[in-house]
Amino acid sequence: MASELSKSPVPDAQSVREQSLAVSGLACERDGRLLFEGLEFTLAPGAAVQVEGANGAGKSTLIRTLIGSASDFTGTIAWQGLAFPRGLAAMRASLLYIGHYAGVRRGLTPLENLAWYGAGQDDAMRALELVGLYGFEDVLCQQLSAGQNRRVALARLYLPDSPPLWILDEPLAALDVTGVAGLETQMNCHLRRGGSVLLTSHQPVNIAPLQRVNLADFSPRMAVEEELHRAV
Amino acid sequence: MEKWANMKLSWQWFHRLGSPRWFYQKTSAWLPWLGAAALLLLAVGCTWGLGFAPQDAKQGNSYRIIYIHVPAAFLALAGYYIMAICGAIGLIWKMKLSFVVMRAAAPIGAVLTFVALLTGAVWGKPTWGTYWVWDARITSMLILLFLYLGVMALSGAFSRELSGDKASALLALVGTVNIPIIYKSVDWWFTLHQPATLKLTQASTIDPSMFYPLITMIAGFYLFYAWVLILHTRGLILQREWRTQWVRELLGQSAPAAKA
Amino acid sequence: MQSESVGDGRKRIAEPVLRPAVPAAAPGFFTLFRTELTLAVRRRSDIVNPLLFFVTVLALMPIGIGPEPEMLSRMAAGLIWVMALLSTLLSQESLFRSDYEDGSLEQLALQSQPLYFPVLAKVLVHWLVTGVPLAVLSPLLGMMLNLGQAGYWPLLLSLVLGTASLSLIGAVGAALTVALRRPGLLLALIIMPLYVPVLIFGTGTVQAALDGYGYGPQLAILGAILAAAAALAPLAAAGAIRISLEN
Repeated sequence: MASELSKSPVPDAQSVREQSLAVSGLACERDGRLLFEGLEFTLAPGAAVQVEGANGAGKSTLIRTLIGSASDFTGTIAWQGLAFPRGLAAMRASLLYIGHYAGVRRGLTPLENLAWYGAGQDDAMRALELVGLYGFEDVLCQQLSAGQNRRVALARLYLPDSPPLWILDEPLAALDVTGVAGLETQMNCHLRRGGSVLLTSHQPVNIAPLQRVNLADFSPRMAVEEELHRAV
Repeated sequence: MEKWANMKLSWQWFHRLGSPRWFYQKTSAWLPWLGAAALLLLAVGCTWGLGFAPQDAKQGNSYRIIYIHVPAAFLALAGYYIMAICGAIGLIWKMKLSFVVMRAAAPIGAVLTFVALLTGAVWGKPTWGTYWVWDARITSMLILLFLYLGVMALSGAFSRELSGDKASALLALVGTVNIPIIYKSVDWWFTLHQPATLKLTQASTIDPSMFYPLITMIAGFYLFYAWVLILHTRGLILQREWRTQWVRELLGQSAPAAKA
Repeated sequence: MQSESVGDGRKRIAEPVLRPAVPAAAPGFFTLFRTELTLAVRRRSDIVNPLLFFVTVLALMPIGIGPEPEMLSRMAAGLIWVMALLSTLLSQESLFRSDYEDGSLEQLALQSQPLYFPVLAKVLVHWLVTGVPLAVLSPLLGMMLNLGQAGYWPLLLSLVLGTASLSLIGAVGAALTVALRRPGLLLALIIMPLYVPVLIFGTGTVQAALDGYGYGPQLAILGAILAAAAALAPLAAAGAIRISLEN
């Protein structure tokens, strides 16, 4: 175990720039309505960003744009200095994404779900134990509660060989107090080992270092599509 | 770096070309001329075909419906390809205008297909003694109508306009790949079940005195199609972009102009 | 690490190292196929219901059109084929639905591998659990509808080949409508016209055999349609999935 710890990389300045996700001048629209514009932030290794905003402010659209599911945006998103869409493939290779819909198949057991994400039996068992699902490994997910299903998804964060970039959409939803605390601990661990976290949440998250980005600060001056056209 | 800037410039130009506003303003000037030319050709073709072309030896006057039927059937099929190509351009180059044209083309094509079916049925009554025969052409036309209706239904089913655009564009493309297969198999099916008797169009045996008015009508239909397509596209553009500054200015300006 | 038993769970484990930025190991075709098969077997009603539908409606046919053996025998192949088409279509609506709703389709789309193979795996399983049982059952229904004995094998073979094409083509429609709340009728509307060639050559196979001709060419054409559909339909469905995910 000690040998594995010593192998964990220590980020230097070069890799900080190379590993980071940089967003600048980003504007997103949905159905001809401009959600936000001029959005700027950088997500460096060992750092976390919490995206805040009221319902409908565009948090989900932002997340989907960042993971490349939605391709309608102006401005630049760059991963390791390479702008989208060229940087997208490299970014996805370093990405662990847990969305609003957690990606847990209800017809599979928690163990099978993790196996589908490429986890070995032992790793999956350990991860499930760490999220408090010990004893539920072989129960079909459709028989588990909403919070337990969320934990199955979050168990992916406890697997070894984690990708460096975590993008989590409302990870704290449906979790109880101990679940939230455990997740915060795990996110802090991830930050300490040089990973980065981008998450949306309505409640305060106790991780450090945390930068908060409020989408309300970037709401458009003029809610017309014309603006977006001019930005092109 | 400079190369990149150049690329950006041409990209901008492409987007302007694809901008609905640009299209709307450019088409304003020559649209009436197009409409006039289309109507003129149609009027000439109709009078010529219905009034002056000779009677058919076997079918008498009932054959004259081909002056409507054949151009409509031509454009019904061509319209599907036009729609699909516009959809493909929209999908590949993310050109919004292209999707608008695609959406505009769908109902026009469907109406033309329906006209072709209707005129075919009207012609069938005196010729075959019944309005509907499961003839290969008619069956293919019917399936084409269903393909059109499918594209229209799908594009209208999404609450988000862009998703409807893309989904129906993809469906139109899938339909394009399938149309030749469908036509061939329907042909095969028809020859299997009954030998071909009378065909609705026999271009090879048609007399020039009947053929020239037909050509005029086909040309007239093409122009008419283009005119209606552009008109409908302009309507959709205004509908889509009603929130933008230029549409508001346009509507604000045209109101006093109409008074004067 | 390996010696640690799973039971003594309170012990903290070492912080795992970050994975280097290499493309995530996407599940291979066999894994995808096995997962889909597991899911399909666990949702047994999805297998049984299309079959029951197929049998029930076919049993209604003689009641609707009369029990005269000659009339039934002339209509049998067409009726069975149309019903096969309908039951495939009805079962197809749920092809991507649960994956879309639980987010696993989005996870698949994020992987570096193209969506072609996941779609193909899904369709293959769909065919195995709906098309194949339906084809196996068809001679029995052919017998009940007074289909000539010469038609049994052609019916079965044409259904085996044909339902695979139907599943593939239907997958495009299912992917296009997966983001819609109630796609049932719309799915039928957009996909039915595309089924026409399969229907024509499917019934053509049986008809040729009943008329005493060889039915090899028709089967070959069904095979050609299947080959084309297997190459193109998953591509179109993959594109449709990405469109639906953007919605």
